[in-house]
Amino acid sequence: MTNVLVVPVATPLLTAIILLLAPRKPGLQRWISFVGSLVMAASSVLLFVTVQKQGILVLQSGGWPAPFGITLVADLLAAMLIVATGIVGVAVTASAFAGVDPVREASGYHGLFQVLLMGVSGAFLTGDLFNLYVWFEVMLVASFVLMALHRTQAQIEAAFKYVTLNLIASSLFLTALGLLYGGTGTLNMAGLAAVFRQREIGTFELVLAMLFFTAFSVKAALFPLFFWLPASYHTPPAAVGAVFAGLLTKVGVYALVRVFTLLFHNAPPQFYQLLLAQALCTMVIGLLGALAQRDFRRVLSFNLVGHLGYTTVGLGLMTQTAMAASVLYIFHHIFVITNLYLISGIFLRLRRTTDFSALGSILREHPWAAAISVIPLFSLAGVPPLSGFIGKLALIRATLAAGAWWTSAIMLVVGVLTLISIARLWDESFWKPATVPDRASMNWTMVLPMAGLAAITLAITVTAEPIFQLTLRAAGQLLNPQVYIDAVLKGDYRP
Amino acid sequence: MELLLAITAGTLYGAGFYLMLRRRLAQLIVGLGLLSNGTNLLIFTGGGLTRSRAPIIPEGQTTMAGAFADPVPQSLVLTAIVIGFGVLAFSLVLAHRVHEMTGSDDIDEMGLKK
Repeated sequence: MTNVLVVPVATPLLTAIILLLAPRKPGLQRWISFVGSLVMAASSVLLFVTVQKQGILVLQSGGWPAPFGITLVADLLAAMLIVATGIVGVAVTASAFAGVDPVREASGYHGLFQVLLMGVSGAFLTGDLFNLYVWFEVMLVASFVLMALHRTQAQIEAAFKYVTLNLIASSLFLTALGLLYGGTGTLNMAGLAAVFRQREIGTFELVLAMLFFTAFSVKAALFPLFFWLPASYHTPPAAVGAVFAGLLTKVGVYALVRVFTLLFHNAPPQFYQLLLAQALCTMVIGLLGALAQRDFRRVLSFNLVGHLGYTTVGLGLMTQTAMAASVLYIFHHIFVITNLYLISGIFLRLRRTTDFSALGSILREHPWAAAISVIPLFSLAGVPPLSGFIGKLALIRATLAAGAWWTSAIMLVVGVLTLISIARLWDESFWKPATVPDRASMNWTMVLPMAGLAAITLAITVTAEPIFQLTLRAAGQLLNPQVYIDAVLKGDYRP
Repeated sequence: MELLLAITAGTLYGAGFYLMLRRRLAQLIVGLGLLSNGTNLLIFTGGGLTRSRAPIIPEGQTTMAGAFADPVPQSLVLTAIVIGFGVLAFSLVLAHRVHEMTGSDDIDEMGLKK
């Protein structure tokens, strides 16, 4: 049954190969990509159910025992994120039926998208840090090409910033890996966790921690290293932006959570204060940035940055409820932000731009599309009873329980800023009378995946209690690394 | 030997970052290349250096005698070199396209809309 771990990684690879071999007919390519994503989503749900029943699932590839071979591990956090990846994959491939730019489609858009999905699932499932680096690169190279496929100057400029900053982060990550291997003799996460349990955190470990912190902060777009994100995410087509916003930064957050719960869990308290301060700065700066923008996707980019702050608060506080609330927030945010970037596709189709000056009147002219958009928008804003409200409520309760009054206060202020930003977004893009007419008709195929994702947001809202119990269990696993170590190493490895 | 390699790696990092702070695209890309090669050298050195000794246990013995270089970092470097090469090739193509569009390799020119 442990072989189920490979399926979410292997399916996108297989789909990508089939897409390369199949004739380049748009209809056929879209269907292959969509069916591949469906299979991947189904396998991710199967993986999740297995993990939930049997606890942490481990696969030692090729029979090489950990820490010598490459290990695939799925704990509850990884399994939840894989399910989210599967669902986002289905929604974004479904959005291709409404039409993809022909140049893009002819240059292998669908295959690249599957490679991107493979990179994301690989990063979530690997139990080896070097392997994580490789999956990061798989994901990044696919995203580089997806971003640069188009030839407008704005997109190339954005791609250049994105590529350069991500490559610097990759170099820092690799540097940390080299030093880590030199100092410990293993790169298996469980093996490293076992080694670090027996060590005091000294200068060497702190240098490593800072290298990982910097590298993953760039990838997760956290303060002060987030500038590449608002500079690039508003340029690619809606579907590409959606999957970038939904998944790529979350992989960075996941890597931060993984490394700082497994390896450096006994770091000095100042280190966790640093993480917390970073989370708070990310929120405040992100939302202030969002208020200054006058473009639908730019506002979303800054909102994305701001809300990534919420996802690392749990890491800064290191209590089970705070960690669980952050995991819940990550889970809800993936669907909401993916959906909002897909919704920006409506504007791109109807008005050819997402600048506020050309938006408006959507509520009057396309009330159903607006009604669907309300759900993710106001969920992001944290309006009760939607999933964003539940995530924020859980986080604020957890910070209060941990005695972090300042954190709660700042989060409440940021909540208000988000509400203002989203209210303005709603007014400018849906409500106000438009000054320009629609330049194309509405395409209902386009709205279906948005409706699906909105339904998932509603489902998270309704089943918030069971999901919070689940994230509590996930947080329990994260905060007790011995469970992870025992599951992977089976007690026969002594560092 | 470790000291020499450590200084070389440090120089490569320094030169790489310096070049990346320049405004010309070509220098930025050379900087990226230097940075990734500095990292590779660091991993290689981290695995330990010994002269002419393969990490193979001689027949009749159960452990390695004496110091030997760990082969794992060498294979890690191999992977990193391949990835670095691919990424460098991609950024060269990207830079070429920028040059085609703007006729310049100044990063500041790139931001100007047509």
